[in-house]
Amino acid sequence: MKPMNESRITFLSRSMNEGFARAVTAAFISQLDPAVDELADIRTAVSEAVTNCIVHAYPDRLGPVFLTLRLYENGKIQIRVRDRGCGIPDVSKAMEPLFTTGGEDRSGLGFSVMQSFTDRVRVLSRPGKGTTVTLEKYINRRRGEGTD
Amino acid sequence: MEVNIQTEPGRVIARLRGEIDHHAAIRLREKLDRVIEGGEYSLLILDFSEISFMDSSGIGLVLGRYKLMKRLGGHLLVRGACSRILWMMQMAGLEKLQIFETERTKKHETDE
Repeated sequence: MKPMNESRITFLSRSMNEGFARAVTAAFISQLDPAVDELADIRTAVSEAVTNCIVHAYPDRLGPVFLTLRLYENGKIQIRVRDRGCGIPDVSKAMEPLFTTGGEDRSGLGFSVMQSFTDRVRVLSRPGKGTTVTLEKYINRRRGEGTD
Repeated sequence: MEVNIQTEPGRVIARLRGEIDHHAAIRLREKLDRVIEGGEYSLLILDFSEISFMDSSGIGLVLGRYKLMKRLGGHLLVRGACSRILWMMQMAGLEKLQIFETERTKKHETDE
């Protein structure tokens, strides 16, 4: 199935861009007229994925974060967050609740939050090459408009 | 992200406003810890009433301040968290720490 609309944004892994990523995602998916809760779920999940790039993928340097947003006719939203950072040696370990390599003030709940707030989370990582996190969420198309 | 930090004898009340993400949490932590470690406080109240967004960085912030207050022999209270934020904190197991303000703890604080 082809997306009915798509947006690609690249930004540097600066922490101030966490808010930018949420804002740009919210603005783009507003075309599907999501409910307040659905919008909050997506903003939270994107924030987690982008924060991972900033904290973990590029721990000592700045690098590019590639955000791809795709909207589908059936109400599916696909969000891909990709980096060219250090990669995750053990993805299933990294996805365990409370597991973190980020120090005392990181909760280790980023992936758990992504899983709670979306319908599907996929993580592909190659150590030394980078990581791609793909989030999918179906929103309830109550009004069935806004597709033109 | 804005924070209004008010100190009273023995306690710090921090009213948080805006969005808590990793970017905001770093700055918030620095401001809070500077105040807490600069005085003799046995209670930190984090007021979430005007927080419009929080991700898991907020959980890390709360957990970190809980540990700090405990290390200093004091405690932490979380006030005014909306149901969404409360749910995230519960998901992280924070209800076990008994940091959420209830009618009982509220009364206790006024009595002190």
